[in-house]
Amino acid sequence: MSTATATHEAHHEEPPRGLKRWLFTTNHKDIGTLYLVFSLIMLFVGGIMALVIRAELWEPGIQYVDPQFFNAMTTMHGLIMVFGAIMPAFVGLANWLIPMMIGAPDMALPRLNNWSFWILPFAGAMLLSTLFMEGGAPAAGWTMYPPLVLQTGEAFPFLIFSVHLLGISSIMGAINIIATILNMRAPGMTLMKMPLFVWTWLITAYLLIAVMPVLAGAVTMLLTDKYFGTSFFNAAGGGDPVMFQHIFWFFGHPEVYIMILPAFGVISQVIPTFARKPLFGYSSMVYATASIAFLSFIVWAHHMFTVGMPLAGELFFMYATMLIAVPTGVKVFNWVATMWRGALTFETPMLFAVAFVILFTIGGFSGLMLAIAPADFQYHDSYFVVAHFHYVLVTGALFAIFAAVYYWLPKWTGHMYDERLGKWHFWLSVISVNLLYFPQHFLGLAGMPRRYADYAVQFTEWNQVSTIGAFAFGLAQLIFVYVVWKTVRGGRKATAQVWEGARGLEWTLPSPPPYHSFTEAPEVK
Amino acid sequence: MSTAHSGYYLPHDAHWPIVGSIGLTTMLGGFGAWLNGADVGPWVMAAGFVILLVMMFGWFGTVIRENLAGLYNEQVDRSFRWAMGWFIFSEVMFFAAFFGALFYARVFAVPWLGGEGDKYLTHELLWKGFEAVWPLLQPPIAAVDPSANPYALPKGIIETWKIPALNTLILLSSGVTVTWAHWGLKKGNRGQLILGLIATIALGVTFLALQAHEYVHAYEELNLKLSSGIYGSTFFMLTGFHGLHVTIGATMLTVILLRAIAGHFTPDNHFAFEAVAWYWHFVDVVWLFLFVFVYWI
Ligand code: HEM
Ligand SMILES: [Cu+2]
Repeated sequence: MSTATATHEAHHEEPPRGLKRWLFTTNHKDIGTLYLVFSLIMLFVGGIMALVIRAELWEPGIQYVDPQFFNAMTTMHGLIMVFGAIMPAFVGLANWLIPMMIGAPDMALPRLNNWSFWILPFAGAMLLSTLFMEGGAPAAGWTMYPPLVLQTGEAFPFLIFSVHLLGISSIMGAINIIATILNMRAPGMTLMKMPLFVWTWLITAYLLIAVMPVLAGAVTMLLTDKYFGTSFFNAAGGGDPVMFQHIFWFFGHPEVYIMILPAFGVISQVIPTFARKPLFGYSSMVYATASIAFLSFIVWAHHMFTVGMPLAGELFFMYATMLIAVPTGVKVFNWVATMWRGALTFETPMLFAVAFVILFTIGGFSGLMLAIAPADFQYHDSYFVVAHFHYVLVTGALFAIFAAVYYWLPKWTGHMYDERLGKWHFWLSVISVNLLYFPQHFLGLAGMPRRYADYAVQFTEWNQVSTIGAFAFGLAQLIFVYVVWKTVRGGRKATAQVWEGARGLEWTLPSPPPYHSFTEAPEVK
Repeated sequence: MSTAHSGYYLPHDAHWPIVGSIGLTTMLGGFGAWLNGADVGPWVMAAGFVILLVMMFGWFGTVIRENLAGLYNEQVDRSFRWAMGWFIFSEVMFFAAFFGALFYARVFAVPWLGGEGDKYLTHELLWKGFEAVWPLLQPPIAAVDPSANPYALPKGIIETWKIPALNTLILLSSGVTVTWAHWGLKKGNRGQLILGLIATIALGVTFLALQAHEYVHAYEELNLKLSSGIYGSTFFMLTGFHGLHVTIGATMLTVILLRAIAGHFTPDNHFAFEAVAWYWHFVDVVWLFLFVFVYWI
């Protein structure tokens, strides 16, 4: 165990002060912080929208908001959580961690890095501004299916353009990450020595540059269909609305892996530390990640089993989707095997990681149910789907982000977080999140459709349980904000290694690390 | 305001990105307002575009100055190379979306509307009388209910072996001239470099002029428009985005030409030239696909 306790050693370079530091920064840590703060704000903005949804669904009938606004809330909630909360959070983690993990002084292209971030607030503001426009915010779902989405009012072009901006930001971010990982590794840091978080991000970055442009193309076609007389998605002109769904999901399915692969990376860092054992099956993890990424390009139409595809299509996409369960299973098995007979302790990051393994797996199983085409005819567009993707995204991706923040916060700030409050945050979250989403499985199987402001009376009880869970979960996140705030302000000093079982280059730097991570390339064993 | 860390140059503060964000947002905001019918829209859009141009001048100018000052080592150069390569890949995927649309329309959507396969009933009930052919000059609605047809019905399509074939020849030759320029650069022969670049740009501009001519022909004489149903939609989106990329490529080549004249490049330090050449080849290859799938088969 490392005994380094130096925390306040003089940095040879101090960051500039004030607003300018944040606007003009080229520093990977500052930019990482910006991403994480932006994502936290968006988590709350999107979260409030979710609470509007859950409040309206407290009882059958129309209570608080009109149905159009309700649908605007589901749409905006989806877009904001995907593009504003989850994706930027992982890019923030990538910024903070990748240079430290591979022994680099910074990201490969620091100016581009600044731009990747500074497009986001503008894109987010553009998207949010649609709430105040004639005709209301977009309300056709985050999937933006035509022809419905073409009925959007003045918000429409701004919806399209904000998606373009978000895409530009992601592509530039991904290019930077690839250049950093391929070109900035310290001597001796061979590819198969890279921490798994770095591996998963490398593969995620490839997914991003492959599919974000496709999304840009898809929404561009929506724009020209509405304003320039094209008929890509209009059968009267020889096009097909289903074509949009194909192009969208060619982006959309890899997109869900973009949101989960870095989470796999985080969990693969956290579990070995608190099991005090090296990761079980490192190389199989790498290959599993690559297989998942490859397969994610050939399964998209499992989102479209009910649109009337030819039988051959249904069968192909059904079997291809089920194949993904194999590499995913490899990962779950490896995490469990890493914990097997380990010297386990359960600090907050580990609690979130263990919860991830269990709850993400529940989401994986419901995904398998959905992958069975004839069964999906029943489940499609019901609350069962909503339950599925919230298990993988909230208890999956978001829980992994929480695990990551608790795990690396002492490194970033130089202070230990309040373990007692962290545990409160965890337990309240894990209980309330299951109250929130587990009943949605029952609702969906019983036939409650998604994206409606109203429902039949027999669904009332489970909806009320879900709403209670939602508000509890929302409140629990305030604890998180408080813990982070408190840790940034002060607290028990963290050592360089922070966790007894932590391995990797980032733990050889003092906590907090110097402004430029590795000015001299470290030695890699 | 800059220091090197173990040789790798790290810029210290970046003023241009935020200007770029403001430019992009202004431009797109203006465009959106325009689409919503606001008169100021085009002006705001133009202002945003100007801001973007200023940003590019400033940003690239800084990078060029730093490069000339010798701040970039080989590793920095490699970062640029990776970045440009994968940027081009992302552009390829952007085109892939539109090629996908073309493929889907030809192979699935149009035949289905014509009653092929298990979509027979759709045809029978909704689009009876529609005949699936490609190129599709008569969209389904025009066949079924001409009085309700909103689409411009084309009289014909662009002939493959005229302007498109000539343009293929032109772009392929421009790929050769840019390579010849590169050879000149590597040999340290500045005359050849400059001449090759001028030839490449001239070929690019000729290509664009011919394409503009073709567009006028399509709109004025053939009545083939963006609003001619799926054929016109895919035709103009694919060739239009390609033409935009040729324009961008030719502009970048012009910048490279000016820099070549200013003597910026040496036989072993000329990444900017190579990046633009890669881009030009990418535009070239996309055109080959366009020629085959849009104009020919
Ligand atoms: C074991 C692997 C998985 C399988 C087999 C699977 C399968 C499916 C299927 C078949 C659907 C379509 C359901 C329908 O609309 O009828 C679906 C929806 C969805 N899945 Fe998964 N899934 C898996 C993992 C994931 C992961 C890891 C994520 C994200 C992190 C995810 C996110 C989503 C989302 C967001 C939707 C809904 C999209 C929408 O309609 O709005 N899934 N999944
Ligand atoms: Cu999927």
